[in-house]
Amino acid sequence: MTPRFILPALFAALSVPTLAQAEEIWVTNEKDDTVSVIDTTTMEVVRTIPTGERPRGITFSHDFSRVYICASDSDTVQVMDPDTGEILYDLPSGEDPEQFVLHPDDRHLYIANEDDAITTVVDVVDRRVVAQIDVGIEPEGMAVSPDGKIAITTSETTNMAHWIDTETQKLFANTLVDSRPRHAEFAKDGRELWVSAEIGGTVSVFSVSDQAEIAKINFAVNGVHEDRIQPVGFEFTDDEKTAFVALGPANHLAVVNAETYEVEDYILVGRRVWHMAFNTDKSLLFTTNGVSGDVTVVDVAKRKAIKTIKVGRFPWGAALRP
Amino acid sequence: MNRVFRMVMVLAVQAGLFGGASVALSDAASEDGLHMAMTYLSARPPASPTLSNLDPVPDDLGAAGAALGLEDNATTGRFLGHHYHLETVTVSPEEALDAAREALAVSPYLIVDAAPEVLLGIADLPQAQDALIFNVGAAHSALRSAECRANLLHTAPSYAMRADAVTQFLLFKRWSKTALIAGPAPEDQAFAAALETSLTKFGLKPGARAEWGIEADMRRTAAQEVPLFTQKLGEHDVLLVADEANDFARYIVYNTWLPRPVAGSVGLRPAAWGRVVEQWGAAQLQSRFSERAGRDMQPRDYAAWAALRSLGEAMTRMNSAEIETVQSYILSDNFELAGFKGRPLSYRGWNGQLRQPIPLLHDDAVVVTAPLEGFLHQSNELDSLGVDEPESTCRAFGGN
Repeated sequence: MTPRFILPALFAALSVPTLAQAEEIWVTNEKDDTVSVIDTTTMEVVRTIPTGERPRGITFSHDFSRVYICASDSDTVQVMDPDTGEILYDLPSGEDPEQFVLHPDDRHLYIANEDDAITTVVDVVDRRVVAQIDVGIEPEGMAVSPDGKIAITTSETTNMAHWIDTETQKLFANTLVDSRPRHAEFAKDGRELWVSAEIGGTVSVFSVSDQAEIAKINFAVNGVHEDRIQPVGFEFTDDEKTAFVALGPANHLAVVNAETYEVEDYILVGRRVWHMAFNTDKSLLFTTNGVSGDVTVVDVAKRKAIKTIKVGRFPWGAALRP
Repeated sequence: MNRVFRMVMVLAVQAGLFGGASVALSDAASEDGLHMAMTYLSARPPASPTLSNLDPVPDDLGAAGAALGLEDNATTGRFLGHHYHLETVTVSPEEALDAAREALAVSPYLIVDAAPEVLLGIADLPQAQDALIFNVGAAHSALRSAECRANLLHTAPSYAMRADAVTQFLLFKRWSKTALIAGPAPEDQAFAAALETSLTKFGLKPGARAEWGIEADMRRTAAQEVPLFTQKLGEHDVLLVADEANDFARYIVYNTWLPRPVAGSVGLRPAAWGRVVEQWGAAQLQSRFSERAGRDMQPRDYAAWAALRSLGEAMTRMNSAEIETVQSYILSDNFELAGFKGRPLSYRGWNGQLRQPIPLLHDDAVVVTAPLEGFLHQSNELDSLGVDEPESTCRAFGGN
């Protein structure tokens, strides 16, 4: 490490406890090539940071000293210093990286290469591609089990969840889901896998041990045609008893009881709601609304939208920086 | 074109292999798993000459869409042990029946690009009675109504669907006064009739109509001829033009007597697909296609892709290549195809037409996609485009 790198690192290490930095939600703006940084206390955009072309997936390293950004049209994953907004270096990512997930080892990124029907595994320390796995057409949703043993890629046109053994980096199962699967998350200590299907209009729940489908969640919003109900991103509350599901052009979030798989509520948010992120104590939820170009802040306890924050064009991904 | 042109391409894609390993059908069929063989039969009449040479008809129009559909199916199939085989055959219209007989001897799944009378000839072959035929080219309304066939599905939208998309936009804009120029070709006349029917259906009164009959080379004379020609159309908000080959229509825009927007075959066009469609993940389909074909995806390519994908979706979901299973699933309420148009696509159970949104586009962007907001329907808003069940005179599907 050269002195050039030590100084900012020292500064960052010193400044965090003293400045008591506010927590932030980082939002990628797909059509602006920027990230909007929202202060969760003031609920205002405090910084707008340029990125590579068409930023979509965004996630932080476990110590939050690095932020990884899928710059889809630059065909790279950018690694940014979140303090300075400086791009430190690019990771090899395969073509058109759309969405990714960081393995619990904090070292391996599993990246969906949308145009190539490939999942790329990248070692972020050695900055090299460890494996490329052939999956279905238009891979998008990425998840990794809490124990790190299983990674999931969903493919939008093949309509499958592909189960990857992270030890061998090979597929060990492929399960059909409804049309255009978009997002996947493990739940309940890794016992369940949830997959949303945008055109199918459903969320499927799989038992991880045998990859069997155990539930399918349907949605119905008053005054919205069922074809417009298109589940995309979703997140769980800490107790994993509740899931919030973005319904795309239905412009609503669904509040799902994760134990009974029943929908309890719908919350009106911005247009074509896409992905979301909680604040640290999960009292607030921030949704990206692609068409209206804003972020809706939802009060989780009251299940109500409380504020709209204008960001860049076509906000896509969201990630918390505590 | 009397010259007989025939091209046969066998493309068999095997599960577990990449890069479209080409093997003869008989060899592939010995592979384990399920097999579905399909034939793409192009028997289009030769394209009529047009004044402009700007937009030549690609040789692989439609076939390139089918090839992409095959690849998409095969990718899914390789995870399931499902194998897809496509034979592409190009013949003259006169040879179409023989080619169809040959294809049906191999497989009951036939995707056809041909004129209506040829299509019906194929659908009525004794060999076709237990077959499933997809029409990817003919937009004629009769094929979906009085002349419908139970073994004939349509992935190409009808003239009526495209006309209704235009009319919905006119109502949305409150452009209620129309004038119409119709070309001399049968397709032009059919589209013009559909436009007038649609205006009436949505409560507008069709305005003045003129038949295009100018023989002069518009590339040189449009600025003199078109103002005069359109002057007689009287007052209108929008000028509709029905010229399916875009022979003269392209010379109308900006040369009209009154400064008016133009819609129909030129200007604001209702089309099943176009280069400018990019929402709802369409950009991915566009790039997969153009990488493969080296050109932009056109409506006929999209219709062929949708036909292949419909068959693939049925085999994937039903785990069967049997015609009865595939056909009944495709026509059932459970069927849905992700067609990159923002809504699930399905088939109308009463006439075999693929329900689909119709983008209204110009050269640089999609203006809006029909059905437009506010055009409601008791069961599916997509059925506000084209002939709906109560009006349908199709009886082949056992309705009414």
